[in-house]
Order: sequence, then structure tokens, then C-alpha cells
Amino acid sequence: MKLFKIRGGVHPHDNKHLAAGQAIENLPMPALLHIPLQQHIGAPAKPAVQRGQQVAKGELLALSQGAISAPVHAPTSGRVMGVGSYPAHHASGLSVRTVTLKPDGEDRWSDEIQGVPDPFALAPEEIAARVAAAGIVGMGGATFPSAVKLNLRTRYRLHTLVINGAECEPYLTCDDRLMREQAEEVIDGIRIMAHALGVDRIIVAIENNKPEAQAAMALAASMDPRIRIARLPTRYPMGSEKHLVQALTGRETPARGLTADIGVVVHNGATAFAVHEALRLGRPLVSRVVTVSGGAVSRPGNLRVPLGARVQDLLEHCGGFAQQPAQLISGGPMMGQPLPSTRVPMVKGSNGVLALTTAEVARHEPMPCIRCATCVQACPCGLVPLDMAAHTRAGDLDGAVSLGLMDCIGCGSCAYVCPAHIPLVQYFNYAKGEMAARGRAKQKMTETKRLAAQRTARMEAIKQAKREAMAKRKREAAAKKAAETAAADAAVMAPGAAADAAVMTPGAAAEPPATTAEA
Amino acid sequence: MQIETPASSAGPFAHERSSIQRTMALVMLALLPATLFGFWQFGWPAIFLFFATIGTALLAESACLKLAGKPQRLYLLDGSALLAAWLLAVSLPPWAPWWIGAIGAVIAIVVAKHVFGGLGQNLFNPAMVARVALLISFPLEMTNYVQPMPLFSADAPGLMQSVGISLGQPGFDAVSGATLLSHVRTELSQGMSLSEIIPGIAHLVSGAVGTIAGSMGETSALLILLGGLFLLAKRVITWHTPVAMIGSLAILATLMNLYDPEQYAGALYHIVSGATLLVAFFIATDPVTSPVSKMGQILFGAGCGVLVYVIRTWAGYPEGVAFAILLMNACTPMIDHYIRPRIYGRDRRGTPIEYADNAEMRK
Ligand code: SF4
Ligand code: SF4
Repeated sequence: MKLFKIRGGVHPHDNKHLAAGQAIENLPMPALLHIPLQQHIGAPAKPAVQRGQQVAKGELLALSQGAISAPVHAPTSGRVMGVGSYPAHHASGLSVRTVTLKPDGEDRWSDEIQGVPDPFALAPEEIAARVAAAGIVGMGGATFPSAVKLNLRTRYRLHTLVINGAECEPYLTCDDRLMREQAEEVIDGIRIMAHALGVDRIIVAIENNKPEAQAAMALAASMDPRIRIARLPTRYPMGSEKHLVQALTGRETPARGLTADIGVVVHNGATAFAVHEALRLGRPLVSRVVTVSGGAVSRPGNLRVPLGARVQDLLEHCGGFAQQPAQLISGGPMMGQPLPSTRVPMVKGSNGVLALTTAEVARHEPMPCIRCATCVQACPCGLVPLDMAAHTRAGDLDGAVSLGLMDCIGCGSCAYVCPAHIPLVQYFNYAKGEMAARGRAKQKMTETKRLAAQRTARMEAIKQAKREAMAKRKREAAAKKAAETAAADAAVMAPGAAADAAVMTPGAAAEPPATTAEA
Repeated sequence: MQIETPASSAGPFAHERSSIQRTMALVMLALLPATLFGFWQFGWPAIFLFFATIGTALLAESACLKLAGKPQRLYLLDGSALLAAWLLAVSLPPWAPWWIGAIGAVIAIVVAKHVFGGLGQNLFNPAMVARVALLISFPLEMTNYVQPMPLFSADAPGLMQSVGISLGQPGFDAVSGATLLSHVRTELSQGMSLSEIIPGIAHLVSGAVGTIAGSMGETSALLILLGGLFLLAKRVITWHTPVAMIGSLAILATLMNLYDPEQYAGALYHIVSGATLLVAFFIATDPVTSPVSKMGQILFGAGCGVLVYVIRTWAGYPEGVAFAILLMNACTPMIDHYIRPRIYGRDRRGTPIEYADNAEMRK
């Protein structure tokens, strides 16, 4: 199919040869699983099990909380050892609420697990509901709850489902292997999603460095004329949702918008596989395929791992380190996160564990920017990274924002090519974090101001009410007095003099006429 | 087998493996053929001048780094001082005394580079600043060109004589020669017409090959062009600046030449003579002092081309490129401020683009 040009981008060495030839293997069940309650963007799930409880595979461990959240299920049968805190799968290494499960070795599915004989007979919202209940999130790393995206139909006019099989990050081969080995299942999941979205155009986009996956998917898709396989040039960041859609349709997603604004929804191939399992077999998302690779790993490969297995378990299965790694990463080398330790557990969004050698990381002492503009040419978003970095360094964050900081997708293309080895992405992450913090502070301040203003208004109202009550009492007292005097006078004087007497009374005279009338 | 790795750094955790040193080295490699040809053409005095310039530049750089408290090894070896001095040296009259090169190097490194804040901070191209400063301060030495006398040829000065030339002692009878540009300029001012001054294309050919009087490394347009193409192929530079500069110069020259062929030389003359090509490929593309966007680079290059033509044709200096570059360098911040790439998902003015599809559904 016809492809459109995208600007910028880089050609990193893909290093896929390390793991691409390795078929997906099952990771042997570790002795313990640590299953974090937050494995998605949005609110963390709420625990639904207690210490000591026996659970079957696929049983609910935690319930989703709110509109953007996902439930968590037991990756195998066993006993809950506790709900405590454990280091998160995150660069910070901070602890999060985690269910620790001791597998009983039986790996027995819950009796309640049941698939749907014909998913295409279901109403679209029913499919989305099942996907939500299965705890499926975007498995390309973004971990956005997939059901929310399947429901976009209600708010957008959609025409196309794009399946992101680009896998443009170097080293990663898990989607490649999944598409090669389980193309039928992936295509089935894709068709179910298309049904939920109500679209009749489906494009499966795969980069040209995966000819086997392209062939397998094309074969599996041949029965459905709506599906087209797009063969993408190998170019990073082709897998960026908005750029992928541009390459396929020629249209740009408006800034600050969603691809749904131009009628396209993008899902990942592994997500499609999870949807297939959820609908056909009733299985929630409890495992995923992960690439373990990098020059420091003895035997790189692709593993199907139960969620909650530790990075260490994966590395040990791959023969440990061939040499001391310089960097341990979750995800690809371009946008992945450094891992603080091998103890952290695997989560729904982790597609790779890389142990890279010093030579692979190729980090140098940063030099001053020589304004060579390679970063400008590499940026797929049309930004001028050197200027944004200069403003950030000078502390002028508003300046950085006015240059487009918030349009930066953090792809790292700029830093990848910078001959001065300036950590550009680090600057942008810092600036974005700082802006977010400022936004929160500002929100807090306006909120405080609003509350203070409300309080002042309330106090003012109370005071006003008091004053009025006081005045009223005074007036009443005066009126009473006047009436009494008048009555007394009337007793001795001729009628008519009472009015004069009232006017003469000091209290009554001080009141303006209108108020008197009111009173 | 548990490892704790520092979780400080952000990605990407891979790099193209380019570096400033590598970039500078590639530029020097591209300059090498023309430089070696210059050595051969102009002999020992040129070689002495070249090394005096570069040696002084490195000393000056080292001193400045010390004063600024920057790490010596990292910065001295970044190649930037070496390259600036190299570019200056090849633009000097080949038999200029050594101290011309040394003074030029000090101006380039201390005044044009470090006073502005060092690597990457300078507004003007150091080599061109030095060249202009020398031209104004030492007009005699800076316009004293000699005819090529290839190394080891019969008339070439010997080693000792060369040392004398380098020290500025008279004693060797050099055949001084005018560069093509100054020759044409003088003759034109004496009322000659172009067809009398440049009989046939012989002059142009010798300008292209480089067998005429000129600066040490500028004479061979062909070798410079070769270096430029190498840089393009290695993606050290992009086509935008050189093409815009040569293009605008050529268009202007052609138009004026059509208007009056006896007064205004054609495009080819302007391209092969003087420092046009050296500047187009090596100086105007200097990253530090030229714009960063492609549009900006085109504008910058075109501005250089126009200014070169204007200065050469109507101003007092036959060799206009250095002035043209400095003037355009001054415009770079403004060009960069106004000319930016279009941001993804926005129009040129920065407003998010809007499609009809879902606009009404988004309320
Ligand atoms: S790539 Fe690096 S050195 Fe070049 S302009 Fe960008 S930030 Fe500066
Ligand atoms: S990280 Fe941001 S600035 Fe750098 S290339 Fe990617 S989008 Fe552009």
C-alpha cells in the first residue's frame, strides 16, 4: 500500500539478530510472584484478596478503580503471601502496593474462566466490557487501558483500526515473534477489536526488518479482505502512534489531540493477542512475551513470562550475564527506562529487559553544543532540541514551552545523534516534570485562593447578617419605644401628635427611609 | 546474581557514535587534498606558515582553557581550535611571514572564540574574523601573493631561503602575482573591458585547477569541491547552504553578465576564483555560526552569495567573502529566531491543525 513520508527520525542499529531467531519459550514458574496493583496508566487497582487466601489462575486479585484503571488477576494458582509494598518496575525503584503470590505448581485455571463461542455476535460495548474485565492494557509500553480506546466509538467518528507491529525499538523482538508464531490468534484479536470499534478498514503495520512476521500475518489475514498489511520502512520512531498514522494515511494528528481526531485508533499486536485470549478463552491478561537481550546477556531470547516474575528470574533463565552490564533497561534502548535492580517484577507493559555493555551504550562526556543542527534534522516533531535544552538549562521553562516542549514525544532521536552527547531527553524530562509540578502548584494555589475567597465571602455574609440582625433589633426596639411613647402621649395628647413624636425619636430618624419601609 | 545499577540516567541508551572530534576530523580530512596541493604549489614558506598558525592556535586554546578552568585534554583535543586555525591558514597568502599566521591564530582563538564563551558560543566564524582583522591591520602582507613555484622545482626557494621568507626577510626574488580577482579588479578600474582582461577560458581553467596565485589552500577549486562533496556524502554538511550560496552568486553574476558582459564577469568566474568554494563548503556551513533550520540555511547561504557578489563588484575589496560571511553571521540569531521548522500537528503559526472529521464531535 502507498506510504507517506514522515519527517526526521533516525536509523539506529536494530540489533534484532540477537533474539529474533529465538522462538518464544515459557519461563519456568518462579518460586514467588510479586504482582503490583498498578500496572497501567490511571488509578491503582484495589486489592480483593487477603493474606493466606488460596487463588486459582486468572482469579481476580484487585479491582479496577475508576474510569481509567484495570483489574489485576492471579498469574497462576497458589497462596497469597501478603499484600504489601515491593519495589516497582520503574526507574525510581520506589515501592508500590504489591500482591505476593506463592505458586502451588499446579497452574490451575479458575473454574469461572469461560470464553465466548462467537465474539462477533456480541454488542461492541460488551466486547469492551470483557476487555476491561480481563485487565488488558496497551502492551507496547504505554499501558493505557485498552477498553477505553475500544469505546472511543461513542465520541469519535472512526474509520480505521491500525495495528502497530512496527516494533521500531532496537533489540526488541517479542512482537515479531508473536506475529510469526501466533499470527492466527493475533489476527483473530484484531478482527474482534475492529468489530468493537465498528471500523471496516484495518491496517497492520510491520517494519521491513520483519519479513517473516509480514508473511505470517499476511497469510493469516488472507481470509479477511478488510485487512491490509503495510510494509513500513525501518526507521525510528516509526512506532510512535501519531507518526505511524501519518505514514499510513498522510495526515497529522492535531497537536494535543488523539489519532481518533482523524478517525484512527491504534492498538498493539500483543494487545490484539490478549483480546483474542480474553474473548475466545475468557482468560485475563496474566502473562506476556518479553524480549531478554543485549550484549551482556548470555543467551538472549523471547520468553512468555507470568506477570510478577522478577527481572532476575528472566535473566537467570537466559544464562545470566556473559559480562558485567553497563546498563540494565526495561523496554528498548531509545525510550526504555533504566532499571534500578534485578529484583523488580515484570508488569503488563514491559516488553523488554536489556542488559547492555559499555560499548553498546556508547556514552561519552557531554561537550558544549556546537549548533550542528543534527538534532533538528532528527526530530520527528519539527522541534529545535538545542534551543529547548538551552532554555531549560538557563531555567527559562516558559521559553522552552513556547518552543514546543509539550509537543516533544521524548523519542530520543535528538540525543541519539547529538555529536556533543548532550543528554537532551534528560533536559526535556526535567522540564516537563517541572512544568507538571508547576501546574499542580498553580492549581493548588487557585484552589486555595478560591477557598480563601469563599471563606471571606462567607465571613462577610455572616457579618452582614449579624449587622442586619443588629440593625433590625435596634429598629424594632426604637419602633417599640416610639410606639410606647406615642401610646403614652396619645393618652394625654390629641391624636396626630404621635407621628411627630416618632419622627423626633433619634433612633428612628437615623434610619434611611427605605430601610424603614422594609423594616 | 543481583545487581544494583544507578537509576540516574535517562535514555536513549544507545548512540550513533558520532562525536565532535569525529566531525572535526572529517572536515580536516576533506581539507587535506587542497592543503597538500597548496604545500606543493607554494613550498616551504607555506608549510612553515601553516604550522606556525596551528601551533599558536593550540597554545592560545590551552591558555584560554586554563583561564576558564575547563578540562584541557577533553577540549584541546575536540579539534575545534585545530580546525579554525587550519581554515585560517589556508586562507592566508602562502608566503606571508609566520607571525601573520600566529597573530591571526591568537585573534581567532582568543578574541573570536573564547571572549564569546568558547566552543559553540561564538557569533562569528573565528577564521574569518582573523582574516578580516589581518587584512585591515596588515594590508601589505595580506595582499602579497606569489606565483606558484612547486616544491622541488628549479626556482623554488631552498629550505634556508624559506626560513628567511617566513621570518619576513627580503632576499628572495619571488614573482609576485595577482590573484584572478584582484587582477580583474585593477584592470577594470583602469577602464579595460573584461574580454581584454580574461582572454579566453585559460584563466578560468587555471583557477579551477589551481595553478595561479592565490591563498595557500584556496587556489584549486576542484580539490575544494572534492572535499565539499566528501562532506556532503558523509552527511557532515547538508546541501542547503552551499547550494544556496553558489546558486545566488551564480544567478546574480549571470544576470549582470547578460546586462553588460564587458563590465560584469559571468558565473563561472565568480565560482572558481578566490575563496568562493572554500567558503561555501567549509565556512558558511560552520555549524556554530550559521542557522539550524534548513530554510534558515538556505536564506543564510543566499545572503552570503549576494553579499559576495556585491562586495566583489562594487565595494573596495576584491575578495569579499570574509566580509560577507561576517555580515551574515550577525544575522544568524535573527534568522534562527524567525525561521523554525513547523511543529508536528500544528500550522506554521503554531496553532493546532484542525480537520473537519471530528471537530464537531469534540464539542
Ligand atoms: S545535535 Fe547536539 S550539538 Fe548538535 S545542535 Fe543539537 S544539541 Fe547541539
Ligand atoms: S525527544 Fe523530543 S525533541 Fe528529541 S527528537 Fe524526540 S520529539 Fe524531538
